Amino acid sequence: MAHATAAHDDHGHPTGWKRYVYSTNHKDIGTMYLWFAILSGIIGGILSIAMRMELQDPGIQYFHGFASMVYGTPADAALDAGKHMYNVFVTAHALLMIFFMVMPAMIGGFGNWFVPLMIGAPDMAFPRMNNISFWLLPPALGLLLISMFVEGPAGAHGVGGGWTLYPPLSTSGQPGPAMDFAILSIHIAGASSILGAINFITTIFNMRAPGMTLHKMPLFVWSVLVTVFLLLLSLPVLAGAITMLLTDRNFGTAFFVPSAGGDPILFQHLFWFFGHPEVYILILPAFGIVSQIVSTFSKKPVFGYLGMAYAMVAIGVVGFIVWAHHMYTVGMDADTQAYFVAATMIIAVPTGVKIFSWIATMWGGSIEFKPPMVWALGFIFLFVVGGVTGVVLANAGVDRALHDTYYVVAHFHYVLSLGAVFAIFAAWYFWFPKITGYMYNETVAHVHFWVTFVGVNLVFFPQHFLGLAGMPRRYIDYPEVYAGWNQVSSYGSYLAAVGVLIFLYGVITAYARKVPAADNPWGVGATTLEWTLSSPPPFHQFSTLPVIK
Amino acid sequence: MASSGKSNLRVALLAGGVALSMLGLAYASVPLYRLFCQVTGFGGTTQRAEAAPEKATEATVSVRFDANTSPALGWNFHAVQTAMKVKVGEQNMAHYRAVNTSDKPLTGTAVFNVTPVNAGIYFNKIQCFCFTEQTLQPGESVDMPVVFFVDPDMLDDPDAVNIKEITLSYTFYPVDKPKTVSEAPAAPGSITN
Repeated sequence: MAHATAAHDDHGHPTGWKRYVYSTNHKDIGTMYLWFAILSGIIGGILSIAMRMELQDPGIQYFHGFASMVYGTPADAALDAGKHMYNVFVTAHALLMIFFMVMPAMIGGFGNWFVPLMIGAPDMAFPRMNNISFWLLPPALGLLLISMFVEGPAGAHGVGGGWTLYPPLSTSGQPGPAMDFAILSIHIAGASSILGAINFITTIFNMRAPGMTLHKMPLFVWSVLVTVFLLLLSLPVLAGAITMLLTDRNFGTAFFVPSAGGDPILFQHLFWFFGHPEVYILILPAFGIVSQIVSTFSKKPVFGYLGMAYAMVAIGVVGFIVWAHHMYTVGMDADTQAYFVAATMIIAVPTGVKIFSWIATMWGGSIEFKPPMVWALGFIFLFVVGGVTGVVLANAGVDRALHDTYYVVAHFHYVLSLGAVFAIFAAWYFWFPKITGYMYNETVAHVHFWVTFVGVNLVFFPQHFLGLAGMPRRYIDYPEVYAGWNQVSSYGSYLAAVGVLIFLYGVITAYARKVPAADNPWGVGATTLEWTLSSPPPFHQFSTLPVIK
Repeated sequence: MASSGKSNLRVALLAGGVALSMLGLAYASVPLYRLFCQVTGFGGTTQRAEAAPEKATEATVSVRFDANTSPALGWNFHAVQTAMKVKVGEQNMAHYRAVNTSDKPLTGTAVFNVTPVNAGIYFNKIQCFCFTEQTLQPGESVDMPVVFFVDPDMLDDPDAVNIKEITLSYTFYPVDKPKTVSEAPAAPGSITN
């Protein structure tokens, strides 16, 4: 029997490049997702810093130069090409950060790593499907990057239509192949996510250890469960909508062509039917991560566990019936707008349940301000700021003034760029010792937090003022009156970039110093199953299923 | 283990089925959305009727006429009258005029709506050139009638009773447009910046 076990271990442990390319191991695949997310995050971050450099002063400073440099545009056309290139950067930054950074990090990375560990499963339900889910992403990223270098509109390169891809700008507006590359990239990334969603649903429903009932599952697993249901229901709608774009562009259909009886507004409805659940897809795993961390470092169980779980379910359900609040300005009648205002504001209720439950979890707890806890607290603060501006924007009347201004940009970066990303870093510092078996330098992690916290607030808080003053988004230039706060915002982005360098320094030194981490470095508060395993966990775990009492 | 393998497959197939039906729903939304607009007058979609009601009311609204032409269609298209004051419930006729200013026969078709959008459900057309394609020979000029009435039910709708002015808008597009954007010659000014 012992012999059989050893033989099994041997065959399950490929080495070298095969270990990753052929991998069916949820931990290796999770690790690849995390590195992939870091790579995409760095590319997306560089694009955003280029944009902030350009916006630091009124006028056009850099992008005509970039256009000449990258595309070889002649000097007389460089200014127009540069303006388009700025829009290409806006578009690529959004798509990279959403589809290739946050989603792979939270669902593919931490989800793959810790959902099986937390429910006491040996691996995901479909390990080979897990492999294809990951390996679809690099080609998708490749297609998106290629799209930046091929013709979009006549005489310019790349997709400059924003991540929302509204027609007619995405159809007759940009006839070149760049848009087709971007659409296919989203198709493939979407297929990857749908396969991943099916895998997670099956794993969570069928592979829980004995005694691990749904109502005993850790909140991170709950958050991933709700998230993958949102993916399963919303991504096919996006896939359908962008396929219609593709056939409108190349095969003569007229879904969104008004002259042939189509309606471009229909695309907006379809897009936001996906797009609104998508923003919850980005933030729900963060809720789960923060719940685990706040409870661990307060050394208390989460306050109102069932309320927390069903608040996420409620957010997911209501998230499907609020989409038109992104399109108040398309000409909806007053009753329809009133409904979407009310439905949108209702989401603040379950979200408030979560915020207050985190605070109640900390209340009276023995709080330790370790790096993961500090990042989680940063998340709560920033998410509340973004949530409050969200309630402001939910009002159709107010939205008339703020639609497509920097106020909106500030709002969604507070919940996503700051909220979701802070949760990713919290999770990184929480689980890094478990994933790698190495302890990182906590001082570096704290410095990383403070530099990033100050940096991103400098970037995005002034954008509220710019938006209220009427500065529209997605333009390369602006009038002089907006110069001051734009400068502050740009300085903030440089500081945030320093934060990324500190992060990378911390990662490299952690790998270099190889300080071994304990199986459970966080003490009595860490009660979930992954902390019962070694750090790093064995290649195959739970060959004897744990029993949860 | 065999039974667990089977049930894994069942959950996965169910989930896959859900994904596929959502994809189907995305496509089903195209005709459903059109139907929804026609039935509810959403977005200012006008209604079709066979005949005007027997009796007109004394209330009046002003109907304004707007005409637009796609740059790709070499027509001069305009409304003969700018506005009409009509009784609610009364059958009226207005005229648009189209002139083919190019040197070849051109076929166009019109899209239309009314604003304010919540008047769409009450704006009925009995006869309209927009119901069919129009072909004009070079230099040919045609007068195109619209026979319409405003439904008296509008006076019972608290959200619509205060409407004093309805704008009927048409935009003519060429019918024989190039099939796909990738085959189309780049239109001047198509660069968005």
